[in-house]
Amino acid sequence: MSKRIEINDLNVYYSNFLAVEGVSLTIEPRTVTAFIGPSGCGKSTLLRTINRMHEVIPGARVEGEVLIDGQDLYGPGIDPVVVRRQVGMVFQRPNPFPTMSIRDNVIAGVKLNNRKMSKSDADNLVEQSLQGANLWNEVKDRLDKPGSGLSGGQQQRLCIARAIAVSPDVLLMDEPCSALDPISTLAIEDLIGELKNEFTIVIVTHNMQQASRVSDRTAFFNISGTGEPGKLIEFDDTTTIFENPHVQSTEDYISGRFG
Amino acid sequence: MTTMTMNRPVVASGYRPLTKRVQLTTLGLSVVVAFGIFFILDLGGATHNFNIIGAVVVAAVLDIILIYVLSRISEGRRKATDRLMTGLVTTAFLVTLLPLISLIFTTVVNGLPRFDIDFFGSSMRNVVGAGGGGLHALIGTLEITGAATLISVPVGLLSAIYLVEYGRGRLAQAITFFVDVMTGIPSIVAGLFAFALFAIFFGPGIRFGIGGAVALSVLMIPVVVRSTEEMLKLVPNELREAAFALGVPKWLTIVKVVLPTAIAGIVTGVMLSISRIIGETAPLLIIVGMSTSMNYDLFSDRMATLPVFVYTEYANQGMDTQAYLDRAWTSALVLILIVMALNLVARLISHFLSPKGLR
Repeated sequence: MSKRIEINDLNVYYSNFLAVEGVSLTIEPRTVTAFIGPSGCGKSTLLRTINRMHEVIPGARVEGEVLIDGQDLYGPGIDPVVVRRQVGMVFQRPNPFPTMSIRDNVIAGVKLNNRKMSKSDADNLVEQSLQGANLWNEVKDRLDKPGSGLSGGQQQRLCIARAIAVSPDVLLMDEPCSALDPISTLAIEDLIGELKNEFTIVIVTHNMQQASRVSDRTAFFNISGTGEPGKLIEFDDTTTIFENPHVQSTEDYISGRFG
Repeated sequence: MTTMTMNRPVVASGYRPLTKRVQLTTLGLSVVVAFGIFFILDLGGATHNFNIIGAVVVAAVLDIILIYVLSRISEGRRKATDRLMTGLVTTAFLVTLLPLISLIFTTVVNGLPRFDIDFFGSSMRNVVGAGGGGLHALIGTLEITGAATLISVPVGLLSAIYLVEYGRGRLAQAITFFVDVMTGIPSIVAGLFAFALFAIFFGPGIRFGIGGAVALSVLMIPVVVRSTEEMLKLVPNELREAAFALGVPKWLTIVKVVLPTAIAGIVTGVMLSISRIIGETAPLLIIVGMSTSMNYDLFSDRMATLPVFVYTEYANQGMDTQAYLDRAWTSALVLILIVMALNLVARLISHFLSPKGLR
């Protein structure tokens, strides 16, 4: 189910603007990796290159390699649609489809792709995914109600259920808790701990306590100034990064002395 | 400073709010005074007869001034300004409503005498003077408008999808520019365009219903493109990204996520664009012409349409003038009723199709 991600010397551009420069890192299967760093340092941009969502923006392109189990995502003949079916994504703001019920939202990945599915299979998938996202008990009695009627935290867990329902190998999370209250945040952090057993998870977060709580390894990114490309400063075990960082700017950032 | 704020009373000492009774008294007083003035003017021979519109206007102005002064004295400047603006806004609203009510009232009163079974059961074939009906015109209007909609909706919808979802650079800019230009085309020019176009293929003097549909499409397409474009732009980009991230191809995302989310607004836009073109007269007069007989065939011969029927009945009044005028008014009434029905349907559709969470 889960796979290793290797990023080799990756440059990411928006038209002519170099947003991220020379990133190389390896993410092991069944781990949680946190990307931390100041705003605008390219964490989200880098995350979006892992499922080729980056190129949705006009003029965006990359140089370098992103390998998933040795296969280059940007190689010739690779369909971005196929990549995105293997690398799921959860966004900053919960975005359930407003036209669909909770049930339809969960199986949206199947239904939107016009794949046929028997009702019992669909029911199983809905229950399994909602169980996986710790939402089943809260919504099992109102599966036919619209997904936009849930609270923000529930909506975000619905989006996670939707992402894991297509059984991806990797789950990317772009600041999944930044729009949520502490209790919903806790629910999602617990969930990340459970999902780690099945998926390779990469999470972007501004909350350093969150990074230290949920992640096994942490990557710190930084920019030297506005208009400069973001760079990977340090990538190590989370405990090392937070307790004994090797680079001065990492220490400055996590101890709050930065900026 | 803090103590001063603390000690300041919540309500100023001289503050006495205007009660509903005071307001109604002021209104009554203004009306009595204004009507009194105009009554005396009438008695004195200054006006030919009692000027009711003048009296209402004077009463309104008087009421606004009185309320402002009273409020200024008892409630203070801020509240008085609020009352003045409320009065002006309400007056503006009533002024806007006035022509509409007058128009509907006149049309209903004049149109009702011939709003009968005969009108909806017969054409004008071999009718001189009284009798006859507008069924041929009603059918013609429905057919031509329906055909125009069939042409315009696919073209307009797909253009809007192109502009919002795919269009980049020069081509998209050019299309947007020409759509904007087309919105301003005078309808007679659209009629001449259709006439010139079909004259190339069928020779000069060609008249048929489908030509009218083409002319109306020229007017309708830009409206459909514009309204659909706005509705598609309202769909949050996050929904598109959510679908992409699930591995849904772009075209399926558009068909299954973007369009369903925007469908209520799109349908409303289409309905309103139909209302916009259903009353067009000039282009139909040129390319469709007029007929007194029933013609179901869009592809041959002249057809009658309601707006042109209104025009010809009014323009060529025969011996029994009243009969012709009655038919013109009834046709106008039918046209207004169709537009009203379309608007109602649009509201119902947008209510039932809009995303359930947002209703």
